[in-house]
Amino acid sequence: MTTAAPPHEVTYLEAISEALDEEMSRDDSVFLLGEDIGPYGGAFRITEGFQKKYGEWRVLDTPLAESGIVGAAIGAAMMGMRPVVEMQFADFISCAFDQITEVAAKNHYRWGAAVPMVIRAPFGGGVHGGPFHSECPEGWFFHSPGLKLVAPSTPYDAKGLLKAAIRDNNPVIYFEHKFLYRRLKAVLPTEDYIVPIGKAEVKRIGRDISVITYGAMVHLALEAADLLAKEGTELEVVDLRTLIPLDKQTIFESVRKTSKAIMLHEDNKTGGIGAEVAALVAEECFDCLDGPILRIAAPDTPVPFSTTLEEFFLPKVVDVVAAARKLAAY
Amino acid sequence: MEAADAVKDIKRADLLQMYYYLRLTRALEDRVTALYRQGRIMGGVYTSNGMEAIAVGYSSAVGRNDIIAPYHRDMGAFLIRGITPGEVIAQYLGKRTGPTKGKDGNVHMGDLKRGVIGFVSHLADNLPVATGVALAFKIRRESRVVVTNTGDGGTSRGDFHEAMNFAAVRKLPVVFFCNNNQYAYSTPLHLQMAIPDVVDRAKAYGMPGEIVDGNDVAAVYVAAQRAVRRARAGGGPTFLECKTMRMHGHSEHDSAKYVPRELLEEWKKKDPILKAEQMLTKLGYADAGTLHEVEERVKKEIEAGVEFAEQSPMPEGPEALEGVFASDEEVKP
Repeated sequence: MTTAAPPHEVTYLEAISEALDEEMSRDDSVFLLGEDIGPYGGAFRITEGFQKKYGEWRVLDTPLAESGIVGAAIGAAMMGMRPVVEMQFADFISCAFDQITEVAAKNHYRWGAAVPMVIRAPFGGGVHGGPFHSECPEGWFFHSPGLKLVAPSTPYDAKGLLKAAIRDNNPVIYFEHKFLYRRLKAVLPTEDYIVPIGKAEVKRIGRDISVITYGAMVHLALEAADLLAKEGTELEVVDLRTLIPLDKQTIFESVRKTSKAIMLHEDNKTGGIGAEVAALVAEECFDCLDGPILRIAAPDTPVPFSTTLEEFFLPKVVDVVAAARKLAAY
Repeated sequence: MEAADAVKDIKRADLLQMYYYLRLTRALEDRVTALYRQGRIMGGVYTSNGMEAIAVGYSSAVGRNDIIAPYHRDMGAFLIRGITPGEVIAQYLGKRTGPTKGKDGNVHMGDLKRGVIGFVSHLADNLPVATGVALAFKIRRESRVVVTNTGDGGTSRGDFHEAMNFAAVRKLPVVFFCNNNQYAYSTPLHLQMAIPDVVDRAKAYGMPGEIVDGNDVAAVYVAAQRAVRRARAGGGPTFLECKTMRMHGHSEHDSAKYVPRELLEEWKKKDPILKAEQMLTKLGYADAGTLHEVEERVKKEIEAGVEFAEQSPMPEGPEALEGVFASDEEVKP
């Protein structure tokens, strides 16, 4: 066991490192594989010092081959290991799409072989990464039964959800938001904890409008909620935390209370997770709705590079405020 | 191909056992094909007709603790690993007693308890997976190996390259077989690659490769043994190209008119069962009586399998919803 560190402030990024470190100490079957994660410590330095501590075979630098890496993780997982794959950027996960959706996702359903594996996918924009270093690819996998998807928004959730993902017996894609890496800090519990997969959290309680969101957008919603509170409109911010399996109960409870719902995500609008949540709310909460279900999302374009273009592309606090004002009028 | 000498080192019992599995494979697939022609099979039927020696040879060369990741022309591999003809037919009939309980069809079978990784239609997908199996063995310092197989067409896919490269870089205990049966569905080898021998691809990875007579079960067995021994000793992966011929269509619906008849006639003379019989007779390991006994035994086993499968229940519709996720209890962390 790792000796518990005294209470201290950690960033979202450090929370991810701590989760990996503690799980590797706790369980010999946990190992890491990916590109440049060894002596270099990974593109974002999340595994800095890990290879020194755990050795070359538990912090494994691989060739540049995402499909091969994920395939290897699947094979090792079936042999009782708990691999954690680092995608250098979530965008590159497209190279491993087939292994994830056809092999990992279907294995247990088809022939009963569990694949306890985590793919860490640094996702999202706001970092001037352009079309290949800013994507939100969660929608692709949202439609592939057999995968679990999580997307933490705080250091606490980042650590607790990663630990839960590593201990889960299924393939879990862990969407970690690059924009949050060094922008958020929190003091975390010293004792071991997990954030259970499948549980959303109401990050702010409010009576008027539910904003259902995840990832970096949670903070946008919270900011908008502060502004709107001054006008007397109280937003309830529901952080999904887990995208699959969706915590429908928490979503429905919130919407039944507020009677108004906004879906907010950074992914493209069409066919996004917001569309599915909106459909679920329409099916289950129709009789309590006092206004249309609104969606705030990125437009249907690749993520543009230039500052002005990307700022235009990403959802903003003013978008949430405008949508909330529109709904408040109902 | 010094198999002719090496065969003397193979025990009579082992050779007879391989002969039995060649016959069992042929009889089972012939029976399944007959059921298909009667309209009783759901979906496609993909056989290893004329290529049975490859799976039988390599599966006989691995130990009980080793893992195999077969592809769709490796029926003998499933049988040697203990999946019964009854289970195979049940799988083809979509019955609950098939290894996938009706969730998947035909040769898409796997069972970790019997050391078999389930086949995925996307060819070469299981090569990176096999590499990962080997990686687990290497990390845990276990002296186990994994053997996998794909076709000539499968070697065109990126996953073939990514798996071969990773395995070679890390000297992983994996043996890559390639069933070069001249055609990938209707595409002949010369439209698949610009080299006459698939084995040449191994050089690019710094991996030893060998051409093997894929219709000679003893040759496959000996080559597999050598590669398995090498992998177990820490020598890393090997690539083995088995030259053979696909004697049926891609699937039983495919008449394979695109294959020249003369080519089939030529390969018919090299039939792996015929070859095995000639070898057994020449070595004095079997006479006509022994061979006939095997034939009778196989016939009985197949008919028992058909009966088992036909009497097995179909899954209930709502069972379609089961098993998407593994439970918390299934694998202990």
